[in-house]
Amino acid sequence: MDIFYTIYNETYKIFLLLIPILISVALIVWFDRRVWGFVQRRKGPNVVGPFGLFQTAADALKYIFKEIIIPASSNKIVFILAPIVTMTLALSAWAVIPLSEKIIISDINVGILYIFAISSLGVYGIIMGGWASNSKYPFLGAIRSAAQMVSYEVSIGIIIINVLLCVGSLNLTDIVLAQEKLWFVIPLFPMFVIFFISALAETNRPPFDLPEAEAELVAGYQTEYSGMMYAMFWLGEYANILLLCALGSILFLGGWLSPVDIYPLNVIPGIFWMVFKILLLFFMFAIIKAIVPRYRYDQLMRLGWKVFLPFSLLYVVLTASFLVYFDLLPG
Amino acid sequence: MKLNRIFKIIFLSEFVKAIIIAFKEILTKKKTINYPFEKGKISPRFRGEHALRRYPNGEERCIACKLCEAVCPAQAITIENEERPDGSRKTTRYDIDMLKCIYCGLCEESCPVDAIVQGPNFEFSKETREELYYNKDKLLENGDRWESVLAENIKLDNPYR
Repeated sequence: MDIFYTIYNETYKIFLLLIPILISVALIVWFDRRVWGFVQRRKGPNVVGPFGLFQTAADALKYIFKEIIIPASSNKIVFILAPIVTMTLALSAWAVIPLSEKIIISDINVGILYIFAISSLGVYGIIMGGWASNSKYPFLGAIRSAAQMVSYEVSIGIIIINVLLCVGSLNLTDIVLAQEKLWFVIPLFPMFVIFFISALAETNRPPFDLPEAEAELVAGYQTEYSGMMYAMFWLGEYANILLLCALGSILFLGGWLSPVDIYPLNVIPGIFWMVFKILLLFFMFAIIKAIVPRYRYDQLMRLGWKVFLPFSLLYVVLTASFLVYFDLLPG
Repeated sequence: MKLNRIFKIIFLSEFVKAIIIAFKEILTKKKTINYPFEKGKISPRFRGEHALRRYPNGEERCIACKLCEAVCPAQAITIENEERPDGSRKTTRYDIDMLKCIYCGLCEESCPVDAIVQGPNFEFSKETREELYYNKDKLLENGDRWESVLAENIKLDNPYR
């Protein structure tokens, strides 16, 4: 009987986290389109529901009722598995993200490693989708996407090392609590900028949306997908963007902590600050989508390997020597 | 590389400028009109759906001179005519194939009595081809429905003809 109770309890917790995340993914898509439209002096979706808030729900409904077309020459099992893998991985990483001091599914000690591992696996969904489609555009898109995600993950990893040096723990809650006096965005500002740009590349957002560059590759690895399977890729992509925004706010912007520890601000519940910071980062994502042209493939690789990687390595050395010299090493 | 350019790259200055411009754009007034609820302004010369007009006493204007049929580059117009008992020349058939029509406005220009005109209506899409083969009744009905606007448009455009 005990095990049933545990299973029930855990499922309950998971649903309580997943459903708000899926709803906020829908809202964030709306927000993205809206910001994009506003920068281009358009209005964006504003018809379905108040301010067009239900636009994504309407889109999702449309996708559900559409026919799923599976190409005759595709590898059917892998083809169907790819969007499921993408979405599952994007959502499972949320298990260790602390939305406030209490709201977290599993407060494990290697939280950051877990997130890093899961987001590295994310590339498999894309490769599977591109390969199983058995068509040239998806294949090229998948190859580009894999190369891009792998190279930017290296620099994200080294940026995370910078933060870990200052914290002395891999636990995400500890990382946030270490920022009570000073947010890491101040001492590690260059790292924050590089983290942000790498996050853009990691989630295939413009200016690094080469895998789905519509002018050359139709829609990249999503070309052969239709209906609900396409919607799942799309959902996974936005869940990933949200995840990296959350990670950015935990690593650099002090997670659920209020900006200054004074009376009216520190009584506001932590989850409010966390959501606010995620939205702020996402707003930057959305604005950047509207203002930048797409990178060329060789420029993308050059930026990742020749600029970000050496610079973040150098910064690791700087941070480490600073901490040792002033005897500030944690733990 | 010049020092200036290095500074620009390191501090992402172009990028920051672009973000500032984006923020300004967010606050400017939007150009979009909510189409089905709001409509853009249309010139009096707009060449939309065709209509056959009548005189104020209810008599058809068309005298079946067939200038429009002759001038029509897409050959979309078909006219048949007969003599009425009172000696006037009137059409018995006036068909426009709206699918052939290229909306060039030559019929309107060639008409000596302002009978065939192209009105401001552009929202007349249909689901079958048959519905878009307009006959005389349909065109006269259009004329009756849009008469006030059509007369106004012809008056406004008159000085430039």
